[in-house]
Amino acid sequence: MNLIKKILGIVWIILALLSAYFCIFMFGLPKFETGKQEDFVFGIIVLFVLTPLIVIGLGIFGFYALKGEYSEAKL
Amino acid sequence: MSEKASKGIWKVISASSMGTMIEWYDFYIFGSLAVVISTKFFPSDNPTAAFLSTLATFAAGFVVRPFGALFFGRLGDLIGRKYTFMSTLLLMGGATFAIGCVPSYETIGYLAPILVLILRLLQGLALGGEYGGAATYVAEHAPKGQRGYWTSWIQTTATVGLLISLLVILTTRNLLSPQQFDDWGWRIPFLISVLMVLVSYLIRKKMDESPEFAKAKAEGKTSKNPLKESFGNSYNLKFVLLALFGATMGQGVVWYTGQFYAMNFMKTVLNIDSSQVDTLLGIALLLGTPFFVLFGWLSDKIGRKSIMMTGLLLAIFLYRPIYKSMYESVDVNNKQLVKTFSENELDSTKNLSYQITTNEYSDKTISKIVITSNHSKLGPKLETKTTLNINNHDKWWLVFLVFIQVLFVTMVYGPIAAFLVEMFPTKIRYTSMSLPYHVGNGIFGGLLPAISTYFVSTAKENGNPTFYLEGLWYPIIIASVCFVIGMVYLKWENETLND
Repeated sequence: MNLIKKILGIVWIILALLSAYFCIFMFGLPKFETGKQEDFVFGIIVLFVLTPLIVIGLGIFGFYALKGEYSEAKL
Repeated sequence: MSEKASKGIWKVISASSMGTMIEWYDFYIFGSLAVVISTKFFPSDNPTAAFLSTLATFAAGFVVRPFGALFFGRLGDLIGRKYTFMSTLLLMGGATFAIGCVPSYETIGYLAPILVLILRLLQGLALGGEYGGAATYVAEHAPKGQRGYWTSWIQTTATVGLLISLLVILTTRNLLSPQQFDDWGWRIPFLISVLMVLVSYLIRKKMDESPEFAKAKAEGKTSKNPLKESFGNSYNLKFVLLALFGATMGQGVVWYTGQFYAMNFMKTVLNIDSSQVDTLLGIALLLGTPFFVLFGWLSDKIGRKSIMMTGLLLAIFLYRPIYKSMYESVDVNNKQLVKTFSENELDSTKNLSYQITTNEYSDKTISKIVITSNHSKLGPKLETKTTLNINNHDKWWLVFLVFIQVLFVTMVYGPIAAFLVEMFPTKIRYTSMSLPYHVGNGIFGGLLPAISTYFVSTAKENGNPTFYLEGLWYPIIIASVCFVIGMVYLKWENETLND
């Protein structure tokens, strides 16, 4: 189980990076160019609230998992 | 437990729960009145944009909750639980009362949405400080092995607060004419909050400090810098992140899908009359509320993780069939039209004309379509609004479908206060448990209505035939990631309070 937890750490880091790409270049920045108020509001929520949280938080969580901080002995 | 001890804990529960319930009430009347508020505080030339701006303002209150958790959590760990959550109560009551006094956009222009936004942020800060204090206060009074049961009473307060907000709104609507409610009656639910807050404040004032915190303080074991100890220390930070990604993130989206998104979905996608939606949601919440206590109690017996993960899994697999059934059961394209008639009305003061078409269907569903235009036959259509009055059969079917969603909420939310409290030591508990709770609920959950409504309206504009299901991708993806993390990393057995 400890090995699975460590390997999944890599998955969370990759997921954080993929989230960064999709949140910034697909759901974030393009929404500011449409000129529609609803797109603008959505873009702000994604880019300034969700992206930092998911990317930084999930990235650090993945790093800790990869380091073995969540192994049975350390929990 | 002795009779005296049992009496003592009930006193703690009632004082804590009442204040917390009132804070939830204050926080949620804004969401329950989102459709009306959007027409009062925002420019009315684009109703969709105004509604989304209202949802964004609603969401802003959620986004600042983690900051409230940090600010008041730190205070709670430094000076004590009791005085901290008394101050959050007063802040919340004051901000809610003030929202009820803000003049409309028509009167003071853009100052109106700015003032509402500021007050909404204050509400968010207060709530961010309140919940962690109440949960910690109750948990620290609860006997060993019964923490899930006793804290589950605090867990009912969010749903009861929402339910009371719906009841107050429904009563106000019934006592006033639609015109009176639209003109000034919607302010009443905000204004009466001040009375409830006052009563709760007086009750809380008589309570003692939590025994664990009082003991830690007497022994000089309280934290000197709770923020640094909670988040500057990698040992605690890893638990904060685990609590967020393995539990509260998924719990937050399940909570807000089952209660708030379901409400918005019925009002804005299914176009069901607001009073009917409030009534059927109220019934589903009332039926579902006892299950918070049931699952809290059960979590003491079989473990918190198994119940929370089952709730997440059921939500992930059943949301799409549930929302499909909600949509199809009231879709007028599946019904037989038996009567239709049209009439025109004129409002010369606003220079607007209304074309009203009423359709009656064989199953007694009635739809009313109002097309608003400038008072000129060549004038452009300004707005088309459809309102559906559903029959009893459809109403009870929707009650059942919402009730199922509330059951998922009770499974993930009932045990979570005890789960979070048990993860952190007394000296930094208020700060440490509040942050993942409010990030999971306030940000991942609180942003859900705005994000999911956006997905639905965009899919509808693009002609997607199943546009009404598109809003569910957000909760399903978040809950799925949370489920995997929770299953792999969380412990199966309950922890004891770790000091």
